[in-house]
Amino acid sequence: MNFWEYLADRRELLTFEAWQHASMVFQCVLAALVIGLLIGVAVYRSPRAAALATGTAGVIFTIPALALLGLLITPLGLGVAPSVVALTLYSLLPILRNTIVGLNGVDPALVDAARGIGMSRRMILLRVQLPLAWPVVLTGVRVATQLAMGIGAIAAYASGPGLGEQIFSGLARLGGANAVNMTLAGTLGVILLALLFDACYLLIGRLTTPRGIRA
Amino acid sequence: MHETPDTSTTATAEAGGSGGIELINVTKRFPGQKTPAVDDITMTIPSGEIVVLLGPSGSGKTTTMRLINRLIEPTAGTIIVAGQNALDIDPNELRRHIGYVIQNAGLFPHMTVGTNIGLVPQMLGWDKKRIADRTDELLRLVDLDPATYRDRYPRELSGGQQQRVGVARALAADPPAMLMDEPFGALDPITRERLQDELLQLQEELGKTIVFVTHDVDEALKLGDRIAILGQGSRIAQYATPQEILLNPADEYVEQFLGGGQAMKLLKFSRVADVPLDEIPEVRAGEDAAAVRARIEESDNGSFGIVLDEARRPLRWITLDDLDGVTGPVGERGDATAAPIRARITLQQALEALIQIEQDWVPVVGPRNVYRGTVTLATLQNAIKDMKERTRRRTARP
Repeated sequence: MNFWEYLADRRELLTFEAWQHASMVFQCVLAALVIGLLIGVAVYRSPRAAALATGTAGVIFTIPALALLGLLITPLGLGVAPSVVALTLYSLLPILRNTIVGLNGVDPALVDAARGIGMSRRMILLRVQLPLAWPVVLTGVRVATQLAMGIGAIAAYASGPGLGEQIFSGLARLGGANAVNMTLAGTLGVILLALLFDACYLLIGRLTTPRGIRA
Repeated sequence: MHETPDTSTTATAEAGGSGGIELINVTKRFPGQKTPAVDDITMTIPSGEIVVLLGPSGSGKTTTMRLINRLIEPTAGTIIVAGQNALDIDPNELRRHIGYVIQNAGLFPHMTVGTNIGLVPQMLGWDKKRIADRTDELLRLVDLDPATYRDRYPRELSGGQQQRVGVARALAADPPAMLMDEPFGALDPITRERLQDELLQLQEELGKTIVFVTHDVDEALKLGDRIAILGQGSRIAQYATPQEILLNPADEYVEQFLGGGQAMKLLKFSRVADVPLDEIPEVRAGEDAAAVRARIEESDNGSFGIVLDEARRPLRWITLDDLDGVTGPVGERGDATAAPIRARITLQQALEALIQIEQDWVPVVGPRNVYRGTVTLATLQNAIKDMKERTRRRTARP
């Protein structure tokens, strides 16, 4: 069976796994965005709290993906749960760091102007600081997504969903029938998804960045 | 000391009207600093006047200004804004009713010009239609075409245009008072000059209470109805009108800060409104010619009067010759006056206008072109002579 025949033969399974992969990455990055924004907003004003938050996220980031998944299997069991937790944790660092950098990068004169015309703290955050920090946050989200795409493939190690299953099965029976086809299908699928997501971010970036601050 | 009451170094002016601001024994001490940034300041900012806080950096002028809208909370003292104790009002609510203009305008780059201007009305809960109307009205007020500029973003505007929008934003909810923190400091000299003139023209119409912070002496002399010169530690070295400060600097510090050349500065910064104008008979087109003739004959100049319209705007000169043998109303007789000069312009500008104009007499108008009096070269000459006299008397003082 050559590669194309393999693709045709496993069309349904591959589509299902690709969909699962994409859905997992999307949901994990979304969760990381919400958590990252909340933590970022809470800590950005205090340099010490910000350093602590990014430091913690940084430490998590340095744990090898396989090791983290392995560690998570103990409390969470096999399957979706450890994969989702691991992906969310990995996605957190770039998003959190960019949120803090973005919020601190807002011109203090603009915050002063906002206070001076009588905006409340909440309004300043929602109407001035977050919109101005948004392009930077979005860059973090983009990096996090690329990251989650790759690491998501490893989730198959903990019996997680997605295209990782193809890669791992292929590697496990290297030399056997379809081994290369499986690995290739999984890898190319991940790359294709990553490119698709990136294209989406370009579009989202254009749609959500106000014209006045677009590069 | 001179006879005018303005020369005292503490504020003595009345806070008349509705928009006045009063600082009473206000002190600000930042934590961890030995000397207070603002030390027991008491001053009254009269309603409808431009008061300039002038001083070198570190004199606490910006801090003093920021105490008024509570961007900085005072350590001690009382602040009254428009008759209300500012410390009793929610700070955000207070700030929505005090215009705020900063250097570089501080426009939000992700919002259109229109949205920027409409922010305060929006916070005050105005409906969309009213905000849109007000935005357009303000854009016209600051000389920007609403259709062209409403939907632009700040970065598409020049620095001067941005600061015009900044002023419009501050005026959006028609606050009685406005704080301006070196608003023109970052602009090139030509644009700065133009915006200063526009501010004076605006102020002529609006009559806001304006606190204006600057370190530029010329700007202070040009804009201020009153100037508070701050020394180190936020001591008020002198609080008086520009003329009084030029004629009677309170001490060496003030004199040094002004930097000499006071006589020329006086010409450059005294306004036509500050000199006594010539009074001539005022005539309406409907008045009886014979009665007018009698009034002109009795007047100081004895030969002519000025015809005003219903809104007291100058129209024509009317001489005894024009009225010779006329019965009934004055009507359309007489020659049109030259373009009037505004009471707000400086003596220097007025001199230039008078030299260029064909007629010897030029009417002076205030807000909405209302007639204020008449001026000739001789009027200005006398005023200058009088000022020189006063300066000489001051320097001759033991």
